Amino acid sequence: MSALHPYRRPAPGEQPDYLSPAYASTAKRSPSQPLIVLPHSLSEMTGPVFGHERVKPGDADLTRQHTGEPLGERIIVAGRVLDEDGKPVRHTLVELWQANAAGRYQHKNDQHDAPLDANFTGTGRTMTDEQGNYRFITIRPGAYPWRNHPNAWRPAHIHFSLFGHAFATRLVTQMYFPGDPLLALDPIYNSVPDEKARQRMISQFDLHLTEPEHALGFRFDIVLRGRDATPMEQ
Amino acid sequence: MSIDKPLRLGTTPSQTVGPYLHMGLDWLNTTELAGPAVAGERIVIQGRLLDADRAPMPDGVIEIWQANSQGRYAHPDDHRALPLDTGFTGFGRTPTCAHGEFRFSTIKPGRVPATNGQLQAPHIMVNVFARGLLRQAVTRIYFPEDDHASDPVMARVPVNRRMTLIAQAVAGQPGVLEWNVLLGGEQNETVFFDV
Repeated sequence: MSALHPYRRPAPGEQPDYLSPAYASTAKRSPSQPLIVLPHSLSEMTGPVFGHERVKPGDADLTRQHTGEPLGERIIVAGRVLDEDGKPVRHTLVELWQANAAGRYQHKNDQHDAPLDANFTGTGRTMTDEQGNYRFITIRPGAYPWRNHPNAWRPAHIHFSLFGHAFATRLVTQMYFPGDPLLALDPIYNSVPDEKARQRMISQFDLHLTEPEHALGFRFDIVLRGRDATPMEQ
Repeated sequence: MSIDKPLRLGTTPSQTVGPYLHMGLDWLNTTELAGPAVAGERIVIQGRLLDADRAPMPDGVIEIWQANSQGRYAHPDDHRALPLDTGFTGFGRTPTCAHGEFRFSTIKPGRVPATNGQLQAPHIMVNVFARGLLRQAVTRIYFPEDDHASDPVMARVPVNRRMTLIAQAVAGQPGVLEWNVLLGGEQNETVFFDV
């Protein structure tokens, strides 16, 4: 029998509440009854395992998925997936989707009056390596309007979906860009109470990731839950 | 502050999947979890995802995670000497349809131990994602024929809310179970967990 360490509970303010009145859609789509605390059994401490064969090398380059090159500012988005102890989360799936440079999604429900780009789908995926590194090449997405409140605009963002190694580490988040004036006005970004935690969703310009004559680099490290010090006997 | 305080990074906050989740997630849709060679009792779980007003949510994604029929998870941390089924990962994902419907075809999972070593009643773990959900809503599916009284997780749930976790057999359709997700609305609202 081996001992498994349950995952740590998030610190107060580090994660958004379900009900966040400034984000109008949460009103009808959030639990109103108290959550039941679930101790971590094998059901929570295991999770789906995806092999590297699930993704193709080209899946991480969103600028080469069509015959021509997409319009917009080519960027590299890269970083590490870590746990709270700074240990790499190895060989884990990272899924990504985003709007094009004009702020339009390649999705039937997006009716924003901005052009689609026949050379840009806006979908990518990759696996982290042995050190938890991942790397995407894409186009800097545009801001776009939404109907949450009058004159509402989402700051430019890229959606990320991660699994980690357990059901308990599943995370869907959004990556933002440094210096965006829309962040201060955005109810989704500001749904996270703790300011330092919010800032962890903002990527950093990184000259080392930047490729000369090719693309600016933005670093976005993603931290998944780590394990508690006290083990649980299986 | 102590100098030997261990490094502790904060977690990256969760954000909503937004309305265009299909773009990034549909490639991994998996609604048939168990091929013909996989052992176990074949079941279909079908239901609807509804908001606090009982309006269907056509823009959600449901993910499930389960053990095989022997109660073994296809994961390196499950070290128990129980057989695995080749090709059965235990993972399912589906977007909800126009009327909030979802449907998985799988096998009934076996029992897995709770934190105290006792066996839990068979269950499937569920994550719900949607526009308006800033983090996933976590719940479980249990089965109508099992003994839930001794299940340590059920024991934490108020008695009058437990039925929201138990799928119901559909009359005249053997193996088909109905299980709905009511996201808010207090009356019969699904039980959600803090994982």
